[in-house]
Amino acid sequence: MKTFRVLSLISCLLFISVIAHGQITANEILDRVKENMNSESTITESKMVIRGKRNTREIVSKGYAEGNEKSFTEYLSPEREKGTKMLKLEDKLWIYNPSTDRTIQLSGHMLRQSVMGSDLSYEDMMEDRELIEIYDATIIGEEKIGDRNCYILELNAKVEDASYQKRKTWVDTERFIPLKEELFAKSGQLLKRVSLSDIQKLDGRWYPTKINYKDMLMSGEGTDFIVLNIEFNPEIPDYIFNKASLKR
Amino acid sequence: MIQFILKGILRDKNRSLLPIVIVALGVTLTVFLSGYLAGVFQDVIQQNARFETGHVKIMSKPYAQNKDQLPIDLALLNTEKLKKELQSAYPDMQWVQRIKFGGLLDVPDENGNSRSQGPASVMAISILSDNNEIERLNIKNSVIKGGIPTKSGDVLISNDFANKLDIKIGDEITYVGSTMYGSMAFQNYRVSGTVEFGNVGFDKGAIIMDVSDAQQILNMEDGATEILGYFGNSQYESDRANSIAENFNTKYKNSEDEFAPEMFSLEEQNGLGEILAYSNYMSQIIVTVLIFAMSVVLWNTGLLGGLRRYKEYGIRLALGESKGSIYRKSIIEAVLIGAIGSTLGTFLGLIATYYMQEVGLDISDLMDKSSMIMPSTIRAKIIPNQIYIGFIPGVLAMVLGNMLSGMGIYKRETANLFKELEV
Repeated sequence: MKTFRVLSLISCLLFISVIAHGQITANEILDRVKENMNSESTITESKMVIRGKRNTREIVSKGYAEGNEKSFTEYLSPEREKGTKMLKLEDKLWIYNPSTDRTIQLSGHMLRQSVMGSDLSYEDMMEDRELIEIYDATIIGEEKIGDRNCYILELNAKVEDASYQKRKTWVDTERFIPLKEELFAKSGQLLKRVSLSDIQKLDGRWYPTKINYKDMLMSGEGTDFIVLNIEFNPEIPDYIFNKASLKR
Repeated sequence: MIQFILKGILRDKNRSLLPIVIVALGVTLTVFLSGYLAGVFQDVIQQNARFETGHVKIMSKPYAQNKDQLPIDLALLNTEKLKKELQSAYPDMQWVQRIKFGGLLDVPDENGNSRSQGPASVMAISILSDNNEIERLNIKNSVIKGGIPTKSGDVLISNDFANKLDIKIGDEITYVGSTMYGSMAFQNYRVSGTVEFGNVGFDKGAIIMDVSDAQQILNMEDGATEILGYFGNSQYESDRANSIAENFNTKYKNSEDEFAPEMFSLEEQNGLGEILAYSNYMSQIIVTVLIFAMSVVLWNTGLLGGLRRYKEYGIRLALGESKGSIYRKSIIEAVLIGAIGSTLGTFLGLIATYYMQEVGLDISDLMDKSSMIMPSTIRAKIIPNQIYIGFIPGVLAMVLGNMLSGMGIYKRETANLFKELEV
């Protein structure tokens, strides 16, 4: 009798689980991810650890962002990078360099260049559309990453100008945080792998404080982007997202 | 006797005109093609040596494996020490360091905003400290406007690129790119002049700056992407270059340094080995083919001439002249006709070569998408062996043709002469 009750309970739980899984769609998962990862605005202090062939560098910066379309970054150290600022407004990117006192708008092939020698390109920084706008998402399975259960989502581009034709994303089934992402070219070649870790509960949401970007066409261990401090939904004055603030 | 035969040749146009024209045409072709090929191959090899490969070139091992991507993070370091070692080991050679890198060239307007931009390929050479590089790259003669940089911060820019971005002499331009360690590289420069090298790849979007400026902007102190070695007489010596490269590489064969240097001879780079071998064989093939073709044509011409002069030979035989004498005189005649035709052909070939040397053939439209270092104007070159490269085969072909056709003289039966002469 006891065995029967245990089996019934397990069957019920499995049934509920199947129902629950059947109910959630890929787009809903992406929405839940967005709730965690996105906010109206953020002010972030971060450190990039760039592992080159000959040395490893750490670059500290402070970034201001409003939605996905506006961002402003000021590099604080090391000395060579100090004072360099970047402003992104929609699809435009300007860079200010204090030693030349020049503001330059980057375009064309320069956007495919690496940012400060990292595994990230300016084009990666420029992507400002919601994933749902660019990709058709489907759940293709579940897998464990470490001790976390993840949905595996496959995102196929539905627009011509997507930076990556296909993305595969592993999303934590409970915390709705992506833990791994693979970015593919049109040819099917794996271009980049992104690993998100050190997930913390910040301001009532789950958030990864360490992201490793690995350009699969380059050797090395990739670039770590470490969040030192982050504020969600702060008031950011309008002048920050203005070209004049680059020279300020 | 020679004077007598010569008079016969000059007075009887039917006897000499056609063979002279054929020999002259063949020789003209041989002489011109030799000069043309020599010009093209030498231009390609010299231009590659001056701009790209040196007579030997040293790069770090990983840089050499990825050199098409210009990976400046894999550059050679401690190059001054390496140069001193090379100078001491090979004192009759000149060693220069160069840096090649790419980036964005930005031209500001009066408010400092970007007015125009374009992707630039930068070649950093020793402009301020080594006049040999200026001569080697023929920079003085390549300057279209302005002058050669005289101080740090001055750059030369290709004339086409300057026109495209509307850059004037004295304008300030900004280079944007990455340092050797991946940081952002920003630097303002002053345009001191514009150049045109007649090389499509370079003339599209090149900047030339001093190597010390490049080292500073790329955070590459005492470094360079490549060290090029040139023989003192500026002429490439294949065996010597290969031997130097082999000796140098033996020293570093078991080096544990990931960035150990590796030396390559000119012919180990850019497929120039094949071009060198090709250029060596090409002249020989052309001369052989032309001798053969001319001999066949002249044999036939000789046969026709022989038939036409059948009656003359018959009368001479009837008058008692020996077959051997007639044969020898026809050979002497062939030598004289060959010499006249070959002289004329050599002269015409040299004139055609000189014309192509001075005027050339513009192939820039064909080279738009080519990455190979090729001159945009193909030019022939007058070389000493053009004097004999056509002359000797011209005479030989004429003699050979007449020797073959003249064999008929020995087949004549004296008994049938009167019947043939219809007397």
